[in-house]
Amino acid sequence: MSRDSTNVAKQSLLATGDISERQLERMMSGMMSRQIDRGELFFQCIRNENWSLEEGLVKNAGYSLSKGIGARAICGEKSGFAYADDIQMGTLEQTAGAARSIAKLGLEQRTQIPTTTPIPSFYDDADPLSSVSQDDKVALLSRIDAFTRALDPRVVEVSVSIVANHETTYVCSSDGTNRGDVRPLVRFGVSVVVEKDGRRERGSFGGGGRHGLSWLYENDTAEDFAREAVRQALVNLDAIDAPAGPMTVVLGPGLPGVLLHEAVGHGLEGDFNRKGTSAFSNRIGERVASPLCTVIDDATFPNRRGSLTMDDEGTPGQRTILIENGILKGYMQDKLNASLMGTTSTGNGRRESYAHPPMPRMTNTFMLAGNSDPEEIIRSVDRGIFAVSFGGGQVDITSGQFVFSATEAYLIENGKKMAPIRGATLIGNGPDIMNKVSMVGNDLALDTGVGVCGKEGQGVPVGVGQPTLKIDEITVGGTSV
Amino acid sequence: MKRSDLTLDDRNGNPIPHTSENEDALKTFITQILDLAKQEGATAAEVAARDDVGLDVKVREADIETVEFCNNRGFEISVYVDQSCGHASTTDMDERSVNEAVQTALAFAKHTASDPCSGLADADRLASEVPNLDLYHPEELDVSDAQAVAQKMEAAAMDFDPRMYKSDGARVGAVSVCTAYGNSLGFLQSFRSSSYNRMMGVLAKDDSGMQSAYWYTSSRIRDDMDSPQSVGTTAASRAVQKLSPRSLSTGSYPVLFDSSVAPGLISHLMSALSGRSQYLKSSYLLDSLGQTATTRNLTLKEYPRLVRAVGSRAFDAEGVATYDKAFIEAGVVRNYVLNSYSGRKLNIPTTGNASGVNNLIVEAAFEPLANILRKMGRGLVVNSLMGQGVNILTGDYSRGASGYWVENGEFAYAVDEVTIAGKLDDMFKNLVAFGDDIEKRRNIRTGSILVESMTVAAH
Repeated sequence: MSRDSTNVAKQSLLATGDISERQLERMMSGMMSRQIDRGELFFQCIRNENWSLEEGLVKNAGYSLSKGIGARAICGEKSGFAYADDIQMGTLEQTAGAARSIAKLGLEQRTQIPTTTPIPSFYDDADPLSSVSQDDKVALLSRIDAFTRALDPRVVEVSVSIVANHETTYVCSSDGTNRGDVRPLVRFGVSVVVEKDGRRERGSFGGGGRHGLSWLYENDTAEDFAREAVRQALVNLDAIDAPAGPMTVVLGPGLPGVLLHEAVGHGLEGDFNRKGTSAFSNRIGERVASPLCTVIDDATFPNRRGSLTMDDEGTPGQRTILIENGILKGYMQDKLNASLMGTTSTGNGRRESYAHPPMPRMTNTFMLAGNSDPEEIIRSVDRGIFAVSFGGGQVDITSGQFVFSATEAYLIENGKKMAPIRGATLIGNGPDIMNKVSMVGNDLALDTGVGVCGKEGQGVPVGVGQPTLKIDEITVGGTSV
Repeated sequence: MKRSDLTLDDRNGNPIPHTSENEDALKTFITQILDLAKQEGATAAEVAARDDVGLDVKVREADIETVEFCNNRGFEISVYVDQSCGHASTTDMDERSVNEAVQTALAFAKHTASDPCSGLADADRLASEVPNLDLYHPEELDVSDAQAVAQKMEAAAMDFDPRMYKSDGARVGAVSVCTAYGNSLGFLQSFRSSSYNRMMGVLAKDDSGMQSAYWYTSSRIRDDMDSPQSVGTTAASRAVQKLSPRSLSTGSYPVLFDSSVAPGLISHLMSALSGRSQYLKSSYLLDSLGQTATTRNLTLKEYPRLVRAVGSRAFDAEGVATYDKAFIEAGVVRNYVLNSYSGRKLNIPTTGNASGVNNLIVEAAFEPLANILRKMGRGLVVNSLMGQGVNILTGDYSRGASGYWVENGEFAYAVDEVTIAGKLDDMFKNLVAFGDDIEKRRNIRTGSILVESMTVAAH
């Protein structure tokens, strides 16, 4: 796919404020002086819709429009950032002026916005909000509610939600960047509460990506999410207390890749490594994981939640090898950190919105498949746990300590999957745990498209993935000693 | 319709504080939108609008790393067509976007279900008088002043101990907020508030590796904050205290949540008492009004109208008057946390908590921390928690933790990479001591809290 998203995005954003190309160039020149290394203007419009059903009623329907400009001026390690909630010439001038206030006034430097060539696109630019009619959205919510309740008499509460985003961005920068992108993003989720003999448990499942909503109607997608939510909840009705202490853990394919996001992903973001605050700082070329591990960040998967045709600095989305056969190969970079570290951006400069400055962030982060049969991996464990679904995680970049919380897991005894256990947090140290990966399955899967990554208060959509993995020892935070 | 004035001073780019004119502009704007919604067929409507300006300066190794000027504006509208509701919000206040928002909210209301519990707050609950809570203490915001404060904070941190390794940045921020709310019952009120903060992040290093820590101070009044020196040295002392961590043997031990993490523990209890988790039957404290939920030694009260306090507000997000109340009294649940909707679902009047709890204060027999540690003898003090392992429906609690081990009532060594796990119900019924080291920066005010026993898993 190759489309001229730049012109689509640029025209629609500049047109809202009646801003001409010439005015834009003048603005950029005004922001630049000899003391400023790079000036950047970021234009964005995000339209969002969310619909939700609970207690059998479509109770909530909301629309939001967020539109504005973020201006950044960079000199060395310093950056000045300002933003405004509308796209108008007057506001643009003030915002750009505020951003450049980090440098003393100097002579303006004339800046020209170059022409740009289209780059391959990893998603369609069609508006997902209107991909399905409002009547159909309501009908789908109600249909899935009824379908879910009919799956099992123990289902007592059902909530269903649809979220659709349509984002248009345009970046121009004094380094010659002149690029735009039009990004769809949708998400669908089902959450249930089941009850048996007075015990209540929850199960949730969902997915999405950079495409329209009609995917929900294909191959029973929406129904499958509902079945999966109910299945997880019913499993948890029989869960026994989780064990406490170090044990062998087998992680299932897909969403458990949140392990990689926490254990290595954040620690390999360029900002922490430039500042030397990561447990992985200055370790390129060293062994940081078992030789079975190759970890990649890849923005180029078509239609994935974390995919990006270009990042929020206008750098094309890329595939970056982070760890190859256990050896640390590279960091994820935005422009600022790349230039300070003498390298180039890997297309990982992302921001929550125009109101937030960009930082190095992950896109879709996953581990390549290995050779082991997943069944064989479970058979190899005498006593341990098998965790197949996770609710989220967190990492301390500096110490490398990370956690992730299982929402569906089982005991393994004598090579067999046994009773389900209650949700428990797993804790370990990134470099340490990655060296304890002793088997890698041949069943690589990406998650279904639900992840939101938070860093310094900014949330961005991401993907994770992995094949079935065996970790020889990690601490399981149950209650049963 | 005119957007409210942009409050960036174009001489030097510094934000300037709000005036009463900003409040009036927001109120005029709300009136216009409510009129428009009514004209277009809404039977009722409510609008919240805001206008924030702020400055955030981050210094690292004495030099400015980032200067951020914040300028948030926007409004949210909920329209009702009989008992159906639609919402819209926008940051763009030009006429076209405003019209689009109102029209879309109305179109959505035609698609949502008729819900007998939906609607504006009942008129008799709306705040009839709005006292001045003294929340606004504007100061001229200046980048070079902020930089000087940040440099002091950083220098104090780095000079604290030879094991200080790197600064992770000193941040000085200020924000001026102007908020207004109005609905078609004729309620229209606004207020201004200020907020200042200073935060220091540091890394310490020894042969065992690197550890990071941070500390911050915040207040509505700039001069009421802790000094830059105090914030810097506290951050540094917390980082040094984390060095050379050891592990423990897995087992059950007393766990003290120090005052920086205790508010989080209390927040789980409030989630379980929220109206939404009650009517959706997704709380481990289901139908608990009048029942015992915690140790008898604990009372939790809300004082939403304290002057100058961080969580203060005279009316909530629906215009309902806030008032003092107990959620927990001597261990017994006295109130749920309700807005109008969840109140109607449960047949109880709203508690004025549509914006959450406001200045929730722990009342107990406070003791000095040193006494509590002596009483504990040996156990784990937790001052940092990680992950999301809290299930309000089942009460299962399992989170990553770090802190230090206490032996004979005193600091023995740093501990990291452990989990603490238990059942929220057991934990709250077995809180055995409350520290007098009250955390004043937070909306939930508590000192350290000692839980009699939790499972600690370690490697």
